[in-house]
Amino acid sequence: MSLSGAWYLGLAAIVFTIGAIGLLVRRNVLIMFMCIELMLNAANLTFVTFARMLHDIGGQAVVFFVLVVAAAEVVVGLGIVVTNFRRRATTVADDLDSLKG
Amino acid sequence: MVNVAYLMLLLPLAGFLFLVAFGRRIGDPVAGWVGTVAVGGAFVVACIVLAGLINMPADHRVVVHTYFTWFSSGGLSVPVGTLVDPLSMTMCMFVTGVSALIHLYSIGYMKGDRDYSKFFIYLNLFVFSMLLLVLGNNLLLTFVGWEGVGVCSYWLVAFWFQKDSAASAGKKAFIYNRIGDAGFLLAIFLIFEKTGTLQYESGPGGGIFGQLSHLGGGTATAAVLLLFLAATGKSAQIPLFNWLPDAMEGPTPVSALIHAATMVTAGVYLLCRMNPLLHLSTPGAEVIAVIGCATAFVAATIACAQQDIKKVLAFSTVSQIGYMILAVGTGAYIAAIFLMVMHAFYKGVLFLGAGSVIHGLEDEQDLKRMGALRRYMKWTTVTFTIGFLAIAGIPPLSGFWAKGDVLDNVFAHNKVLWAIALFTAVLTAYYMSRLEVLAFGGEPRFDKPGPHGEPALHAPHESPWVMRLPLVVLAFFAFFGGVLDLPWVHTHNLESWLTPVFAGTLYHDNLSGASEWALALTDIAAALIGVIVAVWLWRGAEVDKPTLEPQFLQRVWYWDDFYDTIIGRPSQRLATFCAWVVDVRVIDGAVNGSAHLVKVTGSAARKLQTGYARNYALGIAIGLALIIAFMLSRTWWG
Repeated sequence: MSLSGAWYLGLAAIVFTIGAIGLLVRRNVLIMFMCIELMLNAANLTFVTFARMLHDIGGQAVVFFVLVVAAAEVVVGLGIVVTNFRRRATTVADDLDSLKG
Repeated sequence: MVNVAYLMLLLPLAGFLFLVAFGRRIGDPVAGWVGTVAVGGAFVVACIVLAGLINMPADHRVVVHTYFTWFSSGGLSVPVGTLVDPLSMTMCMFVTGVSALIHLYSIGYMKGDRDYSKFFIYLNLFVFSMLLLVLGNNLLLTFVGWEGVGVCSYWLVAFWFQKDSAASAGKKAFIYNRIGDAGFLLAIFLIFEKTGTLQYESGPGGGIFGQLSHLGGGTATAAVLLLFLAATGKSAQIPLFNWLPDAMEGPTPVSALIHAATMVTAGVYLLCRMNPLLHLSTPGAEVIAVIGCATAFVAATIACAQQDIKKVLAFSTVSQIGYMILAVGTGAYIAAIFLMVMHAFYKGVLFLGAGSVIHGLEDEQDLKRMGALRRYMKWTTVTFTIGFLAIAGIPPLSGFWAKGDVLDNVFAHNKVLWAIALFTAVLTAYYMSRLEVLAFGGEPRFDKPGPHGEPALHAPHESPWVMRLPLVVLAFFAFFGGVLDLPWVHTHNLESWLTPVFAGTLYHDNLSGASEWALALTDIAAALIGVIVAVWLWRGAEVDKPTLEPQFLQRVWYWDDFYDTIIGRPSQRLATFCAWVVDVRVIDGAVNGSAHLVKVTGSAARKLQTGYARNYALGIAIGLALIIAFMLSRTWWG
C-alpha cells in the first residue's frame, strides 16, 4: 500500500515552514544555512511528489538542478562565512549589518 | 532673351557665395570689385531681359518661368520661378543699376574698414534678396526675399556693432519689421485659404488674380490691410516708421541703397503687385491713402528740425515714401512707381553726397558744424544740389514731374489729401533748402570747436573718383529722369509701358489740360515758397534757432516716447517681474523643490534598509505569502 500524494505534500509544507521560521528567528549563520537547505529540500519533495502524481519525469529532473544549485550555494555561502569568521570572529547574522542605510 | 532672367538672381548669389568663401583672403579692395562686378553683371542681364521684353507685343509682356518645385504639401504647391513683366523689370532695372553704383561707391567709402569683405557679402546678399522679392512668381518667394532684405538690413544697420547705438538701431529695425512681417504672413494665409494658390498670375485657376472672385469684400479689405501692415513695416509708414531714422547708424552707402532707394520701396512694390486685390477693397485703399498722406506730412515736419544730415534725409525718405503710398491708395500706381524710380535716383545722390561730406569731414554728421562746403567739395556740391533741386520739385528736374504726377492724381481723387500733400511739398522744399544752406552755403563752422567742446575739424577734402562717379551718374538721372514720363508725350513712356500691368485697376484723373497747367504752376509755387522761406530764414551766420526747431519736432512728435511708455516700460517691468519673481520663485522653486522632495523621501526610505538579513527574509516571506494569497483568492473567487 502506498500513501497518497497529500501526505508527502503535507510533510513538505511542514518542513518548509520549519525552515522558514528557523531562518527568521535564528541568528547563527550556519543554522540559517541549514534552514535554507530544509526549505530547498521541501521544495524538492513537492517536485518529486508531483512528478509521481502527474506521471511527468520533468519534476524529478528539476530536482537535480536544485540539488546542484544548492551545493554550489553552500560552497559559496560557507566560503563567505569562513572568511567572515576569520575577520570578525563571529557567525551571528545580526553583527553583519554594515549595509544598514 | 527674356528667359535669362534667372541670371539676374544667380550673379549676386554667386558673388555672395564667392565672397563668403574667399572674401577675407582677397580683402580690400578686390572683394569690393568682385561684389561690384557681380551686381553690375546683374544690371547687364536686366538690360538684356528688358530689351527682350520691349520687343514683345504689349499685351503679352508677362513671362512666367518655373524652374523647380520648392515644396508641395496637400493642395499647396510652391514653385520657384520668375515673373517678368513691365512692373518687375522696372524695379529690376533701378534696383540693379542703383545697387551697382552704390557698390562702386562703397569701394571708396568702406576703404580700410575692419570688415571690408563682410560689407560686400551682406550687400550682395541684399541685392539677391531684393531681386528675389521683385522677380518671385508667388507670394511665398516674395516673402523669402522680403525676409532676406530684412535680415541684410539688420546686419548692415548694426554693421558697426561695437557702437551701442548701432547695435540697438539694428535690433529696432528688425523688431519693427517683425510686426509688419506678421501681417504679411497672415495675409498669405488668408489669401491661400480663399484662393487656394500663392502664384500671382499663373498656375491652377490663373493664380491669385484669377481667383479673386472668391474673396468677399470683407476678406479683401482684411487681406489688403494685412499687406499694408507689412508695407508700413518695410516702407516705414505710420505707425511703424520710427526704425528708419535710427537705421542711419549704418554706413552711408547702406542708408542710400537699402534705406532710401530700394528696400524701403518694397512695400510700395508689394501693394502695386497686388493691385487687383487692392481694387476690390475701397475702404482698404482709403486707409492706405490716408496713412500715406499723414506719414508724408508728419515726417516732413520732423525733417525740418533735425540736426543730423542723415536724419534729415531719413525723414525725407519716410515722407517721400508716404507720397508713393498715397499714390497707391489713390490707385495711381504708375505715379507711385514713377516717383519710386525718381526717388531712387535723387535720394541716392543725396545720400551718397551726404556720405561724401561725412567722409570728408572725419565722420561729422552735425549740420551745424558744416557750412561753406561748396568751396572744398565741388563735385559733391554740384551733384548734391541737383538732387536737392530734384526733390524740392523745381522744374525741369525729375522730382517735379514725379511729384506733380502724384499730386495731380490726388487732386482729382480727394481735395483734402491734396491740400496736405501740397503743404508737404512746401515743407519738403523748405527742409531740403535748409540742409543745402547749412551744409554748403554760408561760412565754414567746422574750423571752430563744437558746441560740446569737440575739437575743430580739418578742412574737408573731395572724395576719390570711385565715389564721385556714382554721384555724377545718379545726378544725371536725377536731373533728366523725368523724360521717362513727360505728361505730353504719351508714347513709349513709363505710362504706356506699365499700363498693361494695371489694366482696369488704374485710376484716371481725367484732368483737363488747363487744370494740369494750373496744378503744375501750383507745384512750382509751392516749391519756390519752401526754398525762398528756408533761404531767407537760414541765410545768416547764426545757426541755433530754437524757435524754428521745436522740441516737439526734434523728438519726432514724441512718437518714440509714446511707444516707450505704452510698450517699452511695461515690457521692462514684466521682464523684471519674470526675472525676480517667476524665475527665482517659481522656476528655481520647482527645481529646488523637487530636489528637496527626493532628499526627504530618501531619508525616510533608508530606514527600511536595516542591514539585518532576517528583516529582508521576513520581507520576502511576507511578499511571497501575499502573492500566494492573491493567487489563491483568484482561484477560489475568480
